[in-house]
Amino acid sequence: MTMAGGNFEKYKSDGSLAGNVLEWVDARFPATSMWKGHLSEYYAPKNFNFWYFFGSLALLVLVIQIVTGIFLVMHYKPDASLNAAGVPVAFASVEYIMRDVPGGWLIRYMHSTGASAFFIVVYLHMFRGLIYGSYRKPRELTWLFGVGIFLVLMGEAFFGYLLPWGQMSYWGAQVIVNLFGAIPVVGNDLSILIRGDFVVGDATLNRFFSFHVIAFPLVLIGLVAAHILALHETGSNNPDGIDIKEKKDEKGIPLDGIPFHPYYTVKDIVGVVVFLMAFSAIMFFAPEGGGLFLETPNFYPADPLKTPPHIAPVWYFTPYYSILRAIVWNFFGLDAKFWGVVAMGASVVIFAFLPWLDRSPVRSIRYRGPITKVMITLFVICFLILGYLGTQSPSAMGELISQICTVFYFGFFLAMPWWSRMDKFKPVPERVTK
Amino acid sequence: MKKFLIALLFAPVLAFAAGANVPLDKWPGSVSDKAALQNGAKLFVNYCMNCHGASYMRYKNLMDLGLTEQQVKENLMFTSDKIGDLMMVAARHDEQKLWFGAMPPDLTIIARARGELGNPGAGADWLYTYLRTFYQDEKRPTGWNNVAFEAVGMPHVLWELQGTQVMNHETHKLELAVPGKMSPAEFDKAVSDLVGFMVWMGEPQQEYRKTLGIFVLAFLALLFVVAYALKKEYWKDIH
Amino acid sequence: MSNQGKVDCGRRRLVVATAAVGGVGAVAALVPFVSSLLPSERAKAAGAPVEVDISKLEAGQMMTVEWRGKPVWIINRTPEMLETLPKLADQMADPNSEVKSQQPDYAANPTRSIKENLLVVVGICTHLGCSPTSKFKAGAEEGMAGDWLGGFLCPCHGSTFDFAGRVFKAKPAPTNLEVPPHVYLADTRILIGEDKKGA
Repeated sequence: MTMAGGNFEKYKSDGSLAGNVLEWVDARFPATSMWKGHLSEYYAPKNFNFWYFFGSLALLVLVIQIVTGIFLVMHYKPDASLNAAGVPVAFASVEYIMRDVPGGWLIRYMHSTGASAFFIVVYLHMFRGLIYGSYRKPRELTWLFGVGIFLVLMGEAFFGYLLPWGQMSYWGAQVIVNLFGAIPVVGNDLSILIRGDFVVGDATLNRFFSFHVIAFPLVLIGLVAAHILALHETGSNNPDGIDIKEKKDEKGIPLDGIPFHPYYTVKDIVGVVVFLMAFSAIMFFAPEGGGLFLETPNFYPADPLKTPPHIAPVWYFTPYYSILRAIVWNFFGLDAKFWGVVAMGASVVIFAFLPWLDRSPVRSIRYRGPITKVMITLFVICFLILGYLGTQSPSAMGELISQICTVFYFGFFLAMPWWSRMDKFKPVPERVTK
Repeated sequence: MKKFLIALLFAPVLAFAAGANVPLDKWPGSVSDKAALQNGAKLFVNYCMNCHGASYMRYKNLMDLGLTEQQVKENLMFTSDKIGDLMMVAARHDEQKLWFGAMPPDLTIIARARGELGNPGAGADWLYTYLRTFYQDEKRPTGWNNVAFEAVGMPHVLWELQGTQVMNHETHKLELAVPGKMSPAEFDKAVSDLVGFMVWMGEPQQEYRKTLGIFVLAFLALLFVVAYALKKEYWKDIH
Repeated sequence: MSNQGKVDCGRRRLVVATAAVGGVGAVAALVPFVSSLLPSERAKAAGAPVEVDISKLEAGQMMTVEWRGKPVWIINRTPEMLETLPKLADQMADPNSEVKSQQPDYAANPTRSIKENLLVVVGICTHLGCSPTSKFKAGAEEGMAGDWLGGFLCPCHGSTFDFAGRVFKAKPAPTNLEVPPHVYLADTRILIGEDKKGA
């Protein structure tokens, strides 16, 4: 039997009206086979731990963002012109949602908190993949779809961040779009093409709105579907990194597998409730997230003549922003700014190569030695330091530290084919452990 | 064209520094003190709204401070006669630009905008310090300077109440040269009320938001109990 | 076997309990979304009562003012116009204004008005929302039937109304034209949209 998309028997009516309707539908639509293949007869390893909550939570946040987004679009206006009070219409329309639309403030806070929650959940989900070797053969494609999701999510967040049309929205977009100007020959024209104007303006706002509400969400949903389908084709990895399909009972069911539904649905519901508690705690008691989720300068309307004293991207972009700033040397006749952009892009895309960089004979960190543990710990520390430095004003010390961290960040990936093999390994058990 | 683009690239470098780094006095008020907020609203419409708008607010919102429509109309509405109107400034923007060199900013969410990374509530402290540290300075076109906002464009609007402060350049402290209508303690209280109103106005539903949050968390705790029991029950099967 | 049954029973109870509590939460989560579809404070402010000066409205004339984006007609009816009302009563779908939703109690009278001559009515056909046109002249002069006594014709589907905004029988429009809440602030000043000043 296969894990998903297998041949399941069609639904047979018990003679009741509902049964007849179901039989009619099932004869024309793969309802039974989808239900069984992806839920009730999709066998997941029984030893999922804490780290396995974040996949379903990412899906939940996606739904929250789409639903709240649909309602925000009903009231938001992507218009950079000034209203009667001399405030940009887009900025005023956000405050309109916060004040005049019944329940609008709650929907807006859900969306703004959801944006940060999305990245928290996705980073933890990626970390899970990193420590348990979830990207390893045969799940490379699942991982690649995941990297695609991450890239699209970054674009989605970037476009969305312009929409409130505050000072950080405006200058953040200004700086990031100008990065494209660093590309030799076509750079300046490319920046103009992206903005549709010589400065970030009404044209930019409108196209970013279009990307944010239509184009990128469509791609995102498609990639999420592909990510899940690819996962269900190979079956899930687990904290032991063992292939549960190698040990099956006489019916062909993995001995260490349990049906996703009901066991993981009821378990994920608990995860969802705990997540919603944390989410609500932020949303109701600290919606600004300490100035990280809603940045205080963004309460000033965009002013093209006045840059805020300190601009930094939103927290989830800061590690890559630090890498951008860390590169201060000219190479091959191209200036540092260009290489900064290259390094920043590479620092994200390099995740895609993990399945082929990791040469360890075992998947999970549980059976890998001290080298892996030290390397992953240092990588996480570097990532957090880079993230922190990205929120701070540039300084000589910060620059040096970010350069060290950048070197380690890339070294972690580029030297992985060697260090991942050198380690001491423990024997991997045949069956999953508790 | 090229020059323009280069100028654009450097624009972020030419950072605009609005405030000097001075130690801020802690705002002593609270947004749950309705009487203080009402007093702050009165000061706001009398002193601030001649130049600054609060254009995301409606006069009607002021009724949330425990005022009746009649009270709002009689005491707080000078530029409009409809309770549902936005609290727009009466002056014209182009004229203001001519007088002050810049349009006085809208103040509806100024308390939030003045917050700091790691401490979004610091906006209140900044406003509380700023409004109390104007001093006479002949070098400035308005005759006023400010400790929290060096070379500020706004004159000291509350001077009648506070009196005139001067900077003692030896101690670097402000001294009250001419007393105003209020004693220093009275004035501090008045500014505290005004700041309280601006903090409240930044997010009028902030108190309700927290109350609602308690109910939501309590409900989720209940849902956690049943969901966890359900999970336990099913997972008895798994060994 | 009996043990198995017990377990399943406890399980079902927990499923029901979780679904019930979760369902309550889901419905509560709908509240901000559904309420965001209601008119906002801006819409309410724009829909605030309108004050109208009728000192220049001569007998037999009609004026239109906007209230909540809808045309409100104020018609200063002549005695001749008022005389048509009782004559038409048996041709009307609701001659005595019995459908409560179509007028405040103080306008549920033969002339459907506070002051006998002055009709205040929302000029929106109760069928599908077109605005009827005035056909004040009796007879065929304005393209109506020969026995026409004067009133309004909806151009969309042909509903006809008399000088009190009452709909004729067997027409597409189900009810009489709506009389909005209104109050006389003075002899020649009407506040439309509110019954009492300051309420």
